[in-house]
Amino acid sequence: MNYPPAIIAEAMVNGLLTGSVYALVALGLTLVYGVLHIINFAHGALLTCAMFAVWALVTFTGISPYAAILPLALAFFAGGYVLQRYLIGPASHGDDSNILLVTLGLSIAIENALLAAFHADTRNLEGDFGFQVIELGPMLISRPKLIGFAAAVAVAGLLWLLLARTDTGRAIRAVAKEKLGARLMGIEVGHIYGVTFGIGCACLAVAACLLMPSFYVNPRVGNAFVLVAFTIVVLGGMGSVAGALLGGLFIGMVESLGGLLLGDSLGQLGIFVIFILVLLFRPTGLFGARA
Amino acid sequence: MTIINQEIIRMSTNITLPAVSRRTLLGATAATATLGMPAILRAQPAPVKLGILQPITGALAQDGDLGRFGAVTAIEEINAAGGIKSLGGAKIEMVFGDARSNPEAGTQEVERMQAEGVCAIVGGFASPICLAASQAAARYNLAYVVDVGAADAIVTRGLTNTFRFGPGIGIVTKTALANLVALNDAAGKPAKTVVLVHEDGAFGSGLAKLMQTELPKLGFEILETIPHPTPARDMTNVALRIRSLNPDLLIPSSYYGEFVLLARTMQQQHIRPKGIYSVLNGAASNFRFVKEFPEAAQGVMDCNHWADPRKPNTAMLRKKADEAGKAWAYNIPLNYSCVRLAADAIERAGSVDREKIVAALTASNFAGHCMPYGATKFEGGQNQGAQPVNLQVQGNDIKVIFPAAFAEAKAVFPFKG
Amino acid sequence: MKRRELLFIFALLAALVLVPLLASNLLINFLVTALIVALAAQGWNILGGLGGQISFGHAAFFGTGAYVTELLQLRFGVNAWLAALVGIGVAAALGWTIGAAVFRARLRGSYFALVTLAFAEVLRILANALEFTGGATGLLLKLQPGAAQFQFESRAVFAWIAIAVVGVVLLLTRHIANSRFGAQLVAVRENEDAARALGVDIIATKLRAITLSAAITASAGVLYVQYFLYLDAQIGYGTWISIEALLAAIIGGVGTVAGPVIGALALHALGELTKGFAGSITGIDLVIFGLLLVAAVAFAPAGIVGAWKRYVGGRRNA
Repeated sequence: MNYPPAIIAEAMVNGLLTGSVYALVALGLTLVYGVLHIINFAHGALLTCAMFAVWALVTFTGISPYAAILPLALAFFAGGYVLQRYLIGPASHGDDSNILLVTLGLSIAIENALLAAFHADTRNLEGDFGFQVIELGPMLISRPKLIGFAAAVAVAGLLWLLLARTDTGRAIRAVAKEKLGARLMGIEVGHIYGVTFGIGCACLAVAACLLMPSFYVNPRVGNAFVLVAFTIVVLGGMGSVAGALLGGLFIGMVESLGGLLLGDSLGQLGIFVIFILVLLFRPTGLFGARA
Repeated sequence: MTIINQEIIRMSTNITLPAVSRRTLLGATAATATLGMPAILRAQPAPVKLGILQPITGALAQDGDLGRFGAVTAIEEINAAGGIKSLGGAKIEMVFGDARSNPEAGTQEVERMQAEGVCAIVGGFASPICLAASQAAARYNLAYVVDVGAADAIVTRGLTNTFRFGPGIGIVTKTALANLVALNDAAGKPAKTVVLVHEDGAFGSGLAKLMQTELPKLGFEILETIPHPTPARDMTNVALRIRSLNPDLLIPSSYYGEFVLLARTMQQQHIRPKGIYSVLNGAASNFRFVKEFPEAAQGVMDCNHWADPRKPNTAMLRKKADEAGKAWAYNIPLNYSCVRLAADAIERAGSVDREKIVAALTASNFAGHCMPYGATKFEGGQNQGAQPVNLQVQGNDIKVIFPAAFAEAKAVFPFKG
Repeated sequence: MKRRELLFIFALLAALVLVPLLASNLLINFLVTALIVALAAQGWNILGGLGGQISFGHAAFFGTGAYVTELLQLRFGVNAWLAALVGIGVAAALGWTIGAAVFRARLRGSYFALVTLAFAEVLRILANALEFTGGATGLLLKLQPGAAQFQFESRAVFAWIAIAVVGVVLLLTRHIANSRFGAQLVAVRENEDAARALGVDIIATKLRAITLSAAITASAGVLYVQYFLYLDAQIGYGTWISIEALLAAIIGGVGTVAGPVIGALALHALGELTKGFAGSITGIDLVIFGLLLVAAVAFAPAGIVGAWKRYVGGRRNA
């Protein structure tokens, strides 16, 4: 199948834009992964939760989904902190396989609580957010996706600053590198774990606000983003903020071009094959070392 | 009313010995009733238990919920009208089972229904669940009425207990193509090129495969077939390819979320083929889509299961669905009709004997349903009159445009948005 | 202690064997489904429990066992029992191949978990797309009850077959746990560097474990397809079975002999019991299920078997 260059260019731009939101979902995951060294099975359910929160907030109060970013991010930070500090942490006794089970149990509970509360219907934000386009030469670029891209890059930048320049950031990095050493230095590891998980959840809240104008939500939708987010985390190097951003953009492009050339179903194959190859031949990730 | 509902929605809590515990419970209730109640109530015959199987949790929860609503409405209506008359006005008691969107859970629920003594089972929704559940029911010669499951294997593998009220995928495709040709011919053959978009699960792939062999024979050129996963994170690529191929006709078969994404993206990208002719699409004949995105939905046609708008119980059912806040989709009238069909068979069997109910279904010529099928006639388990109809979104309504016998409006084709 | 364990295994098997004689089909069907998961979990436990290599992708083996068994019957008319053996063999070979690639690349921990998941996903996408595997429509095995076709009119017979397989694997697991190979596996799990220093061939040990693990999990896939007679990509290679396998093994007690079986039975019983709580609110039963899972981990972090041992040990010491 031959496509005119304009279509290919547009697919690439679209891949980058979509990838930026994947990156945001992956940012939360990579932090939790890099610091707590856990695979968070509840990540998808928490994203769904955030998307429903956006939907409810916008539908019932009439505010713009972009205005919801700040309050929801704060709320999810607090919720994530509490969840990790007072539930996941104590319940799993610090054992890896138990953390798996706890987050798995949580994801089942959250997904079905959403089902009970909102029913199984697929919901969209009403209004014309989704239809606004910006013309760029022959290309029609979706405005909500462009905003999403800018916001995702901004959030990644902020997160990088936070990790590099603040005391909390230094503490997080210390815990990630050497838990015992950090504890000896007087860092309260449980607190840092909570903060990290909270930041991860805040990232999800931002991602939800950016997704909802052009996407839909139902109680299971978050799962669609989790596998791809894991792929990005591995590609970018676990715990690396810049890696997650680059990995997200890269995967977005692969998916978009793969979809164009192989069809959207088989296009998914490209993602996993790249994932396997990277793990086999360059397990520290495509983009440099671990944080 | 609430008491009836509770009775209907009651579910088993005991997995080990549900039959015994339930019977003991009923026995105790009956005993107290005999002591304290006047004679007329004592004569109330034992309720007839009917199994309703739907996936109300998991991936298919949205459909299962609507299916259950249709079934419950039918049971309430039958009971309010005096129950099963040949059994002395016995009330139908629903034994509900959640298939949890997978065949294993569906099978387990069939076993539970069997243990609780149901006399027939209605539902299943997805083909894999229907296949597994009807097979489990076949062990007990328990009549199984399939509501939606369109895979042709459901009725072609020789299970004598299995009946499908709605059309299978073969009939749907045949009808969809015949109607498409008629539509195109009537408009002076404006459509020649086609792009197929389908979800990559059983129903979308199955349809696409049939379309790929049949469409060229009818003079259409298929430019491309584009599968996509469910859930899809992004449909922009699909839209871009459609824009680049610029087909006269787009034929999508997807679930609700993905089709809405596609239709929105196409609107955004100013892609307007002469017609969008979807087959068994999750959104094109869903009122929520029409309400939320009227512009993207305008003119979209769908060949799908749909209630006959001229039958009196259709309007009643739709009113009830609106009141209950349920989206009006085909699951409701199909399940409503399937339950009425099963009740009619029990009525004619005059017994809860399984052989007799299966025989009554086999000989069924039931016309009291609300689908555009005529009286039922089963051959090899398939209802011969079952067919989909063509619909089009016109204004803020969904109108039947084909076949002429059921049509409410004329087709607008080619569509100029 | 050792003899007590053997005694327990036989008591468990004897109890299971009696169930189909006494119970209704409802319970027998429940038992078969739970035992299929138990078997998948037993396979997972060899690699993940004894060997410490936590896999998220055992669906790759479950699905391969199931697909090969069904395809050989449908496409080539091979006898069901022979097809089942070939299916298990092919899955074992797949296990060895994946292991050879992954262990040579020294993938461990969450990297190993994720790469196995990716392999299963690749297989799922392929099985869903290819004509040969029935595509998305799946494969339906013809209903023809008879011992020669590995299909049985009576659910009880099938349950006994499942119990027999689970029993064999129980004894095999116990044998491995007490063998040199088992000791090597545990050494690899606890500390690879130390094991290497002691002269354990790490890669060979892990390869043996993943091959055996794949074969056992594949036999669960075989039983699934012979029991339900229907298979599609989501059933064979979907994440559900990967998760159920690890869930049952961990809940029961990671690395213990009987843990996966007890875990699978407990989980499925819990799933059935919570159904009763659904009432009129859809999904509440699964919310309770999820929360109970969290609570179970919080209060019995070493699994059911671990909690039992601690309880018994505590009593004896008191």
